[in-house]
Amino acid sequence: MSQSRAFLALCERDLWVTVRHEPVSFLSQALLQPIFFLFVFGRVLPQIGAAGPQYGTTLLPGIMALTLVLTALQNTALPLVIEFSFTKEIEDRLLAPLPTAWVGAQKMVIAALRGIVAAVLILPLGELILPGGVDLDHASWLGLIGIWLAGSVAGAAMGLLLGTAVPPNRISVAFAIVLTPLIFTGATFYPWESLDSLRWFQVVTLFNPLTYVSEGSRAALTTLPHLGSGWIALGLAVSLLVFGGLGLLGFVRRAVD
Amino acid sequence: MSLVEVQGLRKRYKPDAPEAVAGIDFGVNEGEIFGLLGPNGAGKTTTIGAITTRVRPTEGRVLVDGVDVLADPVAVKRRIAVVPQMSNLDRALTAVENLTFHAAYFGAPRAERRRRALELLERFGLGGRENDAVNDYSGGMAQRLMIARALMHEPRLLVLDEPTTGLDPQSRLFLWETMLDLRRRGTTLMLTTHDMAEADRLCDRIAIIDHGRIIALDTPRGLRRLLPAEAGIELLLESAADPAPDFLGVGGVARVDTAEAGDGRWRVRLYGDGDGLADEALAASRRNGAALVELRRIEGSLEDVFVHLTGRDMR
Repeated sequence: MSQSRAFLALCERDLWVTVRHEPVSFLSQALLQPIFFLFVFGRVLPQIGAAGPQYGTTLLPGIMALTLVLTALQNTALPLVIEFSFTKEIEDRLLAPLPTAWVGAQKMVIAALRGIVAAVLILPLGELILPGGVDLDHASWLGLIGIWLAGSVAGAAMGLLLGTAVPPNRISVAFAIVLTPLIFTGATFYPWESLDSLRWFQVVTLFNPLTYVSEGSRAALTTLPHLGSGWIALGLAVSLLVFGGLGLLGFVRRAVD
Repeated sequence: MSLVEVQGLRKRYKPDAPEAVAGIDFGVNEGEIFGLLGPNGAGKTTTIGAITTRVRPTEGRVLVDGVDVLADPVAVKRRIAVVPQMSNLDRALTAVENLTFHAAYFGAPRAERRRRALELLERFGLGGRENDAVNDYSGGMAQRLMIARALMHEPRLLVLDEPTTGLDPQSRLFLWETMLDLRRRGTTLMLTTHDMAEADRLCDRIAIIDHGRIIALDTPRGLRRLLPAEAGIELLLESAADPAPDFLGVGGVARVDTAEAGDGRWRVRLYGDGDGLADEALAASRRNGAALVELRRIEGSLEDVFVHLTGRDMR
């Protein structure tokens, strides 16, 4: 009972800080990159004839998924590196009356929530930026909520693993090595099925959890062809289990010597 | 009654590394100030870590208020608070928010949090600065804020890791008074330090720890007795001439050393045993017309004891 109260109090602190002290840094960190992706790939390329006029419909779910996963990932990985190594702010949380693993889980909950907020904000931005606007006539909201819940937590779990497993002096190189492939092999800018003609790359993308979030969002929001629903569910479940387990394990090992 | 019980504690961080703590046993009594004294790398921080749930012992166990730290760390966290050496304040929050959120983690009701936070800020000389960003706080202020934060959930045991390192003399004195005041209010304190004056002045008992082992555990006075120095008394006398001859043949005096101390004063060291030594010496100086300025028993300083026990090598 008092442990869940401590858990909620930690969440309250994080929400308070997000809303009261750093809304601008949160929004710019979460939204600047997707805005430019949407603008350049969804608006400029079709305009100059380098992409089809309907490309925006394919792109939008991918960008939402990318924003969801990356925001969640960065909101666990970056604070953890800073708090464990430099500011030591994590110590006051680790001494709060709740199990150590819960402190890691709480970080994931808030990071996932931030990811979901950022992804939702992509909708009005897409309406503004994309030439065809956003078409939600075929949206399956229940499916989308399920995909985003699982995807955001999986992203936060990857961040938890990254933030606790990589030594602080190598974090910038780790970020470069992890983030760029994650962004470009995650079926963000292309539907997975269309990779048929590039079989090896299609197989590579299956190892990226983002692929299942992108394809899942595509399935839930559009009528475009997508990876089978069963595979999407399986991919998300495996990502959650593997990264969630390893992330929490990494957190506890970092927190208790 | 021991509030903290450390039994056979051992810690090896990596299989091929030497033991950071190599078998430590001690208890901290309820209501005392207990000092852990030792050179850098002696195992102080590891010992503190094992008590405060942050280090998992390789062997042995630690009980806090009868609760096994490994078996029920959450129950232990409710009973303790830690003031670290370096600031670990929440920089995203203001000073008062640092306190109120800390209390929220421990389940304090909302109104109670703020009332207690403001009261503690006032008590620690931070009244009026409650809405400042903690980044703007000086080292001494940050230290005081961390102690205030630690007291928000009224811990039974307050652990301070080198609390006065890097503080100015005013902050240091304030901190010393705060610690003594907390003891008066019934809080048990445990601190690590390099500062002998601090340990001597504050601690009821001190454990000297080196190479992962406790090499001495006693009251500051008891520790000083470990020095193989000769027992005796030292007098400061006002005397026209060297008073050494006055003490020759006085009962119990084995050897006399005198030195001029300026201003017509002489420092006289009388080595010897016996309870009557001081009385005899006083009588002898009075007989010879020397006026007493100061008299003290010759004891080594705690620093002498520390160096005697741990050696002069740098770590």
